[in-house]
Amino acid sequence: MATTPRTLLFGDLWSYAPAPESKDILRLKPRYGHYIDGSFVEEGQVFTSSNPATEEVIAEVFAADEALIDRAVKAARRAYEKVWSVMPPSHRARYLYRIARLLQEHARELAVLESVDGGKPIKESRDVDVPLAAAHFFYYAGWADKLPYAFPGQAPRPLGVAGQIIPWNFPLLMLAWKIAPALAAGNTVVLKSAETTPLSAFRFAEILEEAGLPAGVVNIVSGAGATGAAIVRHPDVDKVAFTGSTAVGKAIQREIAGSRKRLTLELGGKGANIVFDDAPMEQAIEGVIAGIYFNQGHVCCAGSRLFLQESIHDDFVARLRDRVATLRVGDPLDKNTDIGAINSRQQLEKIRALVQSGVDEGATLYQPACTLPPKGYFHAPTFFTGVAPSHRIAQEEIFGPVLSILTFRTPEEAVERANRTPYGLSAGVWTDKGSRLLYMAQRLQAGVVWGNSFNRFDPTSPFGGVKESGFGREGGRQGLLPYLEVS
Amino acid sequence: MTAEYVPPRVERVDQVGVEARAAAFTKRSIKKESKEQALRLVLSMMDLTTLEGMDTPGRVRELCRKARRPLVDEDLAVAAVCVYPPLVPSARVELAGSGVHIAAVATYFPSGQATLAERLDEVRRTVDAGADEIDMVIRRGDFLAGAYGKVFDEVAATKEACGPAHLKVILETGELVTYDNVRLASRIAIDAGADFIKTSTGKVQPAATLPVTLVMLEEIRDTFRRSGKVIGMKPAGGIRTSKQALAYLVMVKETLGDHWLHPDRFRFGASALLDDVLLQLLKLREGRYQSVRDLPLG
Repeated sequence: MATTPRTLLFGDLWSYAPAPESKDILRLKPRYGHYIDGSFVEEGQVFTSSNPATEEVIAEVFAADEALIDRAVKAARRAYEKVWSVMPPSHRARYLYRIARLLQEHARELAVLESVDGGKPIKESRDVDVPLAAAHFFYYAGWADKLPYAFPGQAPRPLGVAGQIIPWNFPLLMLAWKIAPALAAGNTVVLKSAETTPLSAFRFAEILEEAGLPAGVVNIVSGAGATGAAIVRHPDVDKVAFTGSTAVGKAIQREIAGSRKRLTLELGGKGANIVFDDAPMEQAIEGVIAGIYFNQGHVCCAGSRLFLQESIHDDFVARLRDRVATLRVGDPLDKNTDIGAINSRQQLEKIRALVQSGVDEGATLYQPACTLPPKGYFHAPTFFTGVAPSHRIAQEEIFGPVLSILTFRTPEEAVERANRTPYGLSAGVWTDKGSRLLYMAQRLQAGVVWGNSFNRFDPTSPFGGVKESGFGREGGRQGLLPYLEVS
Repeated sequence: MTAEYVPPRVERVDQVGVEARAAAFTKRSIKKESKEQALRLVLSMMDLTTLEGMDTPGRVRELCRKARRPLVDEDLAVAAVCVYPPLVPSARVELAGSGVHIAAVATYFPSGQATLAERLDEVRRTVDAGADEIDMVIRRGDFLAGAYGKVFDEVAATKEACGPAHLKVILETGELVTYDNVRLASRIAIDAGADFIKTSTGKVQPAATLPVTLVMLEEIRDTFRRSGKVIGMKPAGGIRTSKQALAYLVMVKETLGDHWLHPDRFRFGASALLDDVLLQLLKLREGRYQSVRDLPLG
């Protein structure tokens, strides 16, 4: 076989046969009603949830209106006053442990469901989403009866009813991030799942039944923006927790301004991944890949801006090109798929429009030669070189597998460029020099700064934003605070 | 007297990152026809090895017969048989005309503790006896003492002594300990003329691991990008199962590309691996597992 020198050949001399995870394990119902006060309520306008990889409808769900939200909040209030807040904390912990164990028992099914409903590769739903969701319940189960030790001398008390709204990018994991700390702190919950990915939340509701969680402690509704607005507006909601876009976050903040409601927001981002010339180069490449192509780039903390020290730019881009060539795009259920389907047609169109703006504004596009499946919403892994800070692709959150590469000359300049954005969720720093890592971490305006890694999550580690990426923390001891009154 | 070799800067390695990347290769699912193709590839890349004090000419001949034709009904051979120098003549008789290479571990394997003259002399005698591949081992003491020029000179001298024979340079990564050392030693060996770089003698633990092999593959990749020069890789020691071997193939494919999926560029140094690959191939063929007792000894 001939190969021209210096060009690596990522061919198919030996190719991987399809290795699809079986869908047989799924036991889906044709329709799912809202889970309110311990029963499934099929009311409201019907809409469908489909598989973005095949465009097939999977199940019907219902959009909750204000009356239903009122029922859900009343159920949550009742459960809060009569059951959950008066229960010994160690008993609350027992329920949380039970939920965590059941998540593990149903791990395979939940992973398949996340991939079918959301388009994410089974590799990620199996190894990241589901195990991390279970880990969050285990972690907060541990805190449930130790709250006075988490905040000594501050007499922590629950707030009441928490209204929670989660995004479509990590349906089950975001649900876990929201529900686990709320319950551990003694609150009850009304949670709205995302419009395009509602199913795992309802499968979770069935798991709650299996765990014997008292009725009304967790209520789950589906719907779009109007349903979310009804939760936010409801007068008997004590706390609102929202993960989603910055625009909606601002609207929520305006809506509840002046009320007693407490608020945490986890919003958009335009994370900077900063690579210095002394970085461990091969691992930095992996960090860039994990930073932008993980979950098709549908990650609020994605490292969507790559800042390269000018002296390594060409070499690094050449390496990145080779690495991107090995990414496998396709069937989310195939165990060898690295990049699955874009979550919805709407999102795909948004990504395409932003990619087009990058081309129009003069950046240089790179996409590997890869054939995308004929059906479904797919987008090739993409990066742009020659990106100017003023380009839209350097400023706006794309929420797709699209990376913008910029350069810097000195650490000071890297900090300045990275911080020049309204967002402040995440950043990554790649250097062999520990002192420089600390220098950067102190100056980067971001809720999370990863050192020689990216997109790593753990229930013990607080996560959240600064600036227009939001406020409040999820995970860790800090993640309890938004759900507690402390003196 | 030429100027002393000063090794250039090599890429730094982050331990956590490289181990995570290596682990990711084990997650690839290799099934059905791609598994069968891979198993045949593994077989064709194998340096079937015996390096025991108990080795006898008779034992080596048995091994060679199995190496030539491990599956009775198929014309498929391993890449090489790897033995100690005194056993090269026995292997030569048995492998004549088969296309199976004869590899010998020269340079006072496995310790490398002898003078340069003695080591070079052994290499020449071994090549004369019929070995066409020489597996040498660097002196880790020199490397760890920072005498990189000395390591370079010895590899270069050994390469010269090899003549037409291929040179595989064993870094003994278990004694170099850090990935940064592995990367640097790989570069020195390549600069000094290695045709292959190899992880281990098999006499020191840990021997071949996925992350160590990945670091070496990455240095090979940098060499290729820099100069177009194609260097081979041989992990050795501790690879006993087909499943492990498949993870190595995945890693090679996704690090260096399909061009490296060839016995001229990638080898497995192994003794127990062959039987497991045969069992897996028979299972794919017949739909059930056989007992290792059903396989002929080799």
